[in-house]
Amino acid sequence: MERTWSATLDHMEDMRQFILGAAEGKLSPRREAHLDLAVEEIVVNICSYAYEIPPGEITVRVEETEDSLGVEFIDNGVPFDPLAAEEPDVTRPLADRDQGGLGILLVRRVMDEVHYRREGGRNCLRIAVKKG
Amino acid sequence: MDIHAESVPQGRVVRLVGRLDTKTAPDFEKEALMWVEEGCRGVALDLSGIDYVSSAGLRSILVLAKKLQSVEGRVVLFGMSGVVEEVFSISGFDRLIPVVEDRDAACKTLG
Repeated sequence: MERTWSATLDHMEDMRQFILGAAEGKLSPRREAHLDLAVEEIVVNICSYAYEIPPGEITVRVEETEDSLGVEFIDNGVPFDPLAAEEPDVTRPLADRDQGGLGILLVRRVMDEVHYRREGGRNCLRIAVKKG
Repeated sequence: MDIHAESVPQGRVVRLVGRLDTKTAPDFEKEALMWVEEGCRGVALDLSGIDYVSSAGLRSILVLAKKLQSVEGRVVLFGMSGVVEEVFSISGFDRLIPVVEDRDAACKTLG
């Protein structure tokens, strides 16, 4: 199943409902919370890097396999591989810390799979979470 | 998200309830910085009512912690559980900001 929105944060709640609705009853509460978190971090990322005015589009595709739930985020913004950036050093002291890269670090840690590819002029970020 | 702030001799005990995310973090940040402007030097954040935190939420707590540090104040956290605790651990925020057992310990840390 698949749906497309304009890439603005106004649609975050809709996207969230779409994805979590598809996941309902398939994930434990903990894994559902992980998915919830990954969705916010990815959508915020896309809405902030990908587009000028007017906003472009985000297509969300949800695919279920026997043992996992996969969600693909496809946007037609500038090429951007969030996985290419260096991970933030989470051991640095308070004064040296900023938020850079924290969102994608969380996505990597709470999801079972995260893949990026550039395909046909679009960014495709795919996450997967194991069922149960 | 609801913000319940209560004045104590050491500063403020603040109970947050709901989701600390992209949508709610800016309001929390604004309000929290106002407390510091008003002279508050110690904030104990009760996160037992928070069932969700994202990097935007973490960032708002980081902004408060840095602001307080710049005026020789401090922030202390308590009441985290489940995935919220996990997010603090992944991000290293639980080593950045003191985390204590409960409200009493939080007030003691501030005092």
